[in-house]
Amino acid sequence: MDEKDVDILRILEENSRLSVEEIASMVSIDASDVQERIRALESAQVIRGYKTAINWERAGNGEVSAIIELKVNPERDYGYDRIAERLSRFKQVRTLRLMTGTYDLQLLVTGKNMQEVSRFVSKHVAPMDRIRETATHIIMKSYKENGNTLFEQQEPERLPYSF
Amino acid sequence: MENVISLGVGEPDFRTPWNICESSIYSVEQGTTSYTPNRGLQPLRETLSGYLAQRYNLRYSANDEMIITTGVSEGLDIAIRAVVDPGDEVAIAQPGYVSYGPCVTLAGGKPVPVPCYEEDHFKLTPENLQEKISRKTKALIINFPNNPTGAVMTAADLKAIADIVTDRDLVLISDEVYAELTYEGAHCAAATIGSLRERTITLNGFSKAYAMTGWRIGYLCAPKELSDAALKIHQYVMLCAPVMGQVGALEAIRSAEDEKNDMVNEYRLRRNMFVAGLNRIGLICHVPEGAFYAFPSVKSTGLSDVEFAERLLKDQGVAVVPGSVFGPGGEDHLRCAYAVSRRELSEALGRMETFIQGL
Repeated sequence: MDEKDVDILRILEENSRLSVEEIASMVSIDASDVQERIRALESAQVIRGYKTAINWERAGNGEVSAIIELKVNPERDYGYDRIAERLSRFKQVRTLRLMTGTYDLQLLVTGKNMQEVSRFVSKHVAPMDRIRETATHIIMKSYKENGNTLFEQQEPERLPYSF
Repeated sequence: MENVISLGVGEPDFRTPWNICESSIYSVEQGTTSYTPNRGLQPLRETLSGYLAQRYNLRYSANDEMIITTGVSEGLDIAIRAVVDPGDEVAIAQPGYVSYGPCVTLAGGKPVPVPCYEEDHFKLTPENLQEKISRKTKALIINFPNNPTGAVMTAADLKAIADIVTDRDLVLISDEVYAELTYEGAHCAAATIGSLRERTITLNGFSKAYAMTGWRIGYLCAPKELSDAALKIHQYVMLCAPVMGQVGALEAIRSAEDEKNDMVNEYRLRRNMFVAGLNRIGLICHVPEGAFYAFPSVKSTGLSDVEFAERLLKDQGVAVVPGSVFGPGGEDHLRCAYAVSRRELSEALGRMETFIQGL
């Protein structure tokens, strides 16, 4: 990986819908070169996918999310891995991380409404073997996700002409 | 006019990084609202001195050779007034920033434009300079990376004109406000050329690098004798640069390096895309190595730069600045800023292409 690859990654991270030609003109290389590099980055699993960021609430399909923290008894030989992998298979679990601190695993769980989220936790998560305690925090409002601010920022005013 | 895309701007389209704003706002809340020493806050000068040494190999003493000014604009004004006596001539490399000539005139001097041409990549050449120097020439003003051409002068380019500057005992006023916006290789500060150090007033600031145009913070660095002369004027007409701006500037050097690099990187990508686009639609454009302006030629269209700019604005709602506004060497060119979002640059290119096809 070189500087041009890093440039391409940064460009795609912000907008993955740019054409190969547009990327090529920004990075000052041929379009075919860009294509090759993207292919290489994909097979090296540096690029793991192309997703679109959607504001589902605006789309009329609002969701509710909660952060669930779990105290877990680790397994001999496997630590937290097998429990974490098992929980990850649920579609409702959007993120799952092992953390330092009072709790061990932190999950982001999403559902259509609060009932769905709490039903999921009480039915599928809490009763699992090796889970000692759960703490549920419902997300009331999100201001920023994945580096994107969700509130309206006023465009700064600039003089149309200045020397 | 509605829906105009302005490429006529001269400042970044980014907001000042929040960490800079936050530290300044906090300092005001804490009551930091009074005058600073004339030369500027000591910690700022010291930190800046260290930064300039590490970044550009420029060594200036924080106590004797540096003044924090109210924008590079003020630095320019006091530098000129410190050096120019009524009747003195001042050679000014052109195309250049619109203020140099008027500031010389206001100081009672006579501005003498020295053209820089496209075939020389808009660099100042010793031949062109020699032609315009007379017995009365007191100083030379240069601005690299250049507004409007985006040209830069390497160490070799500067050495080539250094002999004339020293032979004629000129003061060199070097406006390096776009120094951080250098895309190919490192910026060469004029005062790092051995023979030029003792006679150069280096001007630079925070406006372009850190998107702090409205804060009005710049700095003037020069050997003690020149710096003292400028300080004399500064202390009477300005007293000190705004304190909240100085606090912001200090924070900028301390903690906004990443944000600055991100902005410079973004300018670079835009430059590549925009200049390639201009060449593609028939406006031949040399690759600007610094600043955030593209300076394409309109010769292929048969229109003058002023005509082109007027009609482009009327017909397609894209605003650019005709190059002749910036002095000799600028005719038949346009200054197009790429301190504008990629989306708008793309759209502007599309509209310009439509305009050219319709000619």
